[in-house]
Amino acid sequence: MSTSLILLIILIVGLAAYFAGRARAMASSKGKLSALHSLPGYHGVYVAIWAVLPAAFVLAVWLLASPFFIENSVRSALPDTVKSQGAATTELMLGQVMQVANGLKRLSSDELAAVTSGSSNLREALAAKGVPMANAGEPYMVEAAQHYNSLRDGSRWVMSLVVLIIAIAGAVFAIRGISAPFRARNRVERVMLGTLLVASSIAILTTVGIVGSMLSEAIRFFQSVSPSAFFFGTVWDPRFSAAGSGGTEGQFGLLPLLAGTLYIALVAMLFAVPVGLFAAIYMAEYAKPVVRGIAKPLLEILAGIPTIVYGFFALVTVGPFLRDISAQLNGLVTGNYVNFIQAQSVLTAGLVMGIMLIPFVSSLSDDIITQVPRSLRDGSLGLGATRSETIKRVILPAALPGIVGALLLTASRAVGETMIVVLAAGVAARMQLNPFEAMTTVTVKIVNQLTGDLEFNSPQTLVAFALGITLFAITLCLNIYALYIVRKYREQYE
Amino acid sequence: MTDMTSSVQSTFVRPAQARRDIGIKKRYAAERRFKAYGLIAILIGLFFLFVLLWTVVSKGYTAFQQTAITLPIEFSEKIIDPKNERGANPAKLMTANYPLLVRDALVKALGIDPANKPLVKQATDMVSASARTQLRDLVVANPAIIGTTATVSLLAEGNIDSANKGQIDLTVAEANRKVKDQQIEWMKTLSETGAMAKQFNTGLFTYGASSRPEASGIGVAALGSLYMMLIVLVLALPIGVAASIYLEEFAPKNRLTDLIEVNINNLAAVPSIVYGLLGLSIFINFAGMPRSAAVVGGLVLTLMTLPTIIIATRAALKAVPPSIRSAALGLGASKMQTIFHHVLPLAMPGVLTGTIIGLAHALGETAPLLLIGMVAFVVDYPGSPMDPSTALPVQIYMWANEAERAFVERTSGAIMILLIFLVVMNLGAILLRRRFERRW
Repeated sequence: MSTSLILLIILIVGLAAYFAGRARAMASSKGKLSALHSLPGYHGVYVAIWAVLPAAFVLAVWLLASPFFIENSVRSALPDTVKSQGAATTELMLGQVMQVANGLKRLSSDELAAVTSGSSNLREALAAKGVPMANAGEPYMVEAAQHYNSLRDGSRWVMSLVVLIIAIAGAVFAIRGISAPFRARNRVERVMLGTLLVASSIAILTTVGIVGSMLSEAIRFFQSVSPSAFFFGTVWDPRFSAAGSGGTEGQFGLLPLLAGTLYIALVAMLFAVPVGLFAAIYMAEYAKPVVRGIAKPLLEILAGIPTIVYGFFALVTVGPFLRDISAQLNGLVTGNYVNFIQAQSVLTAGLVMGIMLIPFVSSLSDDIITQVPRSLRDGSLGLGATRSETIKRVILPAALPGIVGALLLTASRAVGETMIVVLAAGVAARMQLNPFEAMTTVTVKIVNQLTGDLEFNSPQTLVAFALGITLFAITLCLNIYALYIVRKYREQYE
Repeated sequence: MTDMTSSVQSTFVRPAQARRDIGIKKRYAAERRFKAYGLIAILIGLFFLFVLLWTVVSKGYTAFQQTAITLPIEFSEKIIDPKNERGANPAKLMTANYPLLVRDALVKALGIDPANKPLVKQATDMVSASARTQLRDLVVANPAIIGTTATVSLLAEGNIDSANKGQIDLTVAEANRKVKDQQIEWMKTLSETGAMAKQFNTGLFTYGASSRPEASGIGVAALGSLYMMLIVLVLALPIGVAASIYLEEFAPKNRLTDLIEVNINNLAAVPSIVYGLLGLSIFINFAGMPRSAAVVGGLVLTLMTLPTIIIATRAALKAVPPSIRSAALGLGASKMQTIFHHVLPLAMPGVLTGTIIGLAHALGETAPLLLIGMVAFVVDYPGSPMDPSTALPVQIYMWANEAERAFVERTSGAIMILLIFLVVMNLGAILLRRRFERRW
């Protein structure tokens, strides 16, 4: 029986249990429903929970644990000649046995008999069924594979039977407990509360998963490359050993990537902060409701556009435009029409990222400016200050902590942005100050190292996790500090 | 006392009027400048929005048309099945020399000398190489067609398509461009006879990945995206709502709850690529799920969307006034009943709005999908979420890296389709909010 079929059967048992529980509760009320402590439906759900939950739990545990036991059994049944060759060979042979076992299932009984008696070639028989084998295979493999298959089939049957018995036993047990004064609702609600608790712990688990997974892979990386060479290295040159570089490890210096990340984020912020802030001030303080009602959603469209679209925009429009205009400018000044801005450059990526960030700055600051109490504004205007003076001397200072928080959140987004820089910043990892040249970022290198075929034990791949944890740490600090400021500020005026 | 009177007198005597005039002029000028900065800032934002959309639309609208060459093709038995083996071995039909049929039809239509090899080559280059599979599928589906002549509409090659749409600069020297003068001549003749015409590009919506622009489309990628959106919806909505109900209604106010709250707010701001690393390491490397599968993408996007949904749901739950809760509790409902029968239904519009916005965000997300191997050249429709598939934004990313003019057009076209999806989703969210939002 397949797992989904078993699940379906459990659910059907659960449904039946629901109706049985309901009927039993109705019967035990002796025609007077108000005698029941809980509504009949709760009794039904209570019985259904008893039918489904323990059975599903046993099913899950069995599915997770049984491969482990079966493999152990097959491993110990392998011939001693294989076992004496060390753990790695044993694992390899075990993998092959499973491959054979998988293939044997597809053979017809005649073919199976031919293979087991040795009269037909195992490899050819399996290849005909679409199961490739690395070598011809040995006689003991067929035996082990059959052993494996019989164990698996047996385990499956026993599991189906056990799960079904548990489901029915649970339902029967629950039905026998039902009586008019039975507090079914309280039991059901306790299970619901448990479910809610589990759901809310997923958020915590995600963070634990992020930190745990990246840290464990990063530690594997730091076993082959020293942390100081990574964090303070100034050269990024992760040679892929497959390229025939003679097994040299390459250099994994973080600094050029970090410099590029921060530089591009800085250019983006230099563009987005003034534009976004002034737009927010205008919308919060000057704009008529009609203008605000049109301009605000329009600007927020910018925030809803996927970043890949910005990347494409940078690649086909902004980059070539900057390159051509720099060639024209150069030509006008020196007579030599050579572009000094590369199509892929810090400026291109920063500018386009800045466009993306405008709505973040403006809507976050807008919220914060409108939160400044009316009385501060009225006081200042009443003393004869103009509006701009009120904004500059009263509102902005009052809103400053909140705005700083908003800008930090925006900066964290700029640092973690991927698609724009992948398409617009280039892949050359170097440390320099010219914004017209290409630089690369942490996120670009994560993507570069992890696309294509990868093996999970080379430092070339694992470095991506070290980069990832660095990125996570940077954005975590920015986010937490920003959230702290914003929260504190909100409390101040509430 | 005397000092005071004298100072009062001196201010009184001074010609205050003139001084105030100068100050006010300056201050009003500063006011106007300040206001103008604000207006300019908004206009800059709107200008870039306009340029961005204009770039996409102006480059992309042509992708919805495709040049086709309609030719009478003679399904000659001599070429397809010269030894008459198709009865015994139907697989023969799969490997027949179909390009030859196209060549003969073109040679006839254009009146070229079949012996002139370079000229014939130029002519056959005008038809997409996908014509081979197209004709093969026709013959395999209906072997009776062999020996007859049928009019078939074949896709034009990508460069010819671009030239037909006027996107190739014909003033460039012939050696430096992909479309030769002779081909331009033929295009004119074919257009005049009506054999070459632009038609609506249905292929853009149905085809999968291809190295030939004219035979590539977003159909396969869109199906992958659909799988992922379904997984996100099925997982993220219930989990998000359950988590928010616990945090908002049941959780004791203590340090742990505080930690969860900070944690969720932080998760909402974690770079999306980090979620890709999480998926690669946990779902693929640890749990052994298949690479490039929509199910992994869906799980990663679920984790990414959860904080958005939780934040929106909590806000919606908070907006339901306490009087509703008190009334239900007062009538004897349990806390669970109060929440599930009264509070949650009232908060539902806000929850759904948040969910749709979260889904729209997930639909446009690219970076985490790159890491879990969805940058794949997927030609066939994935039959299930476990099969290799790709996603709409990833398809856009892959096309954006292609150099050919026809791919730029398709990239923009695909972006337009993606943006239309997003606009529809966001409009739906806005309408939902307008229609059902309650002010208490």
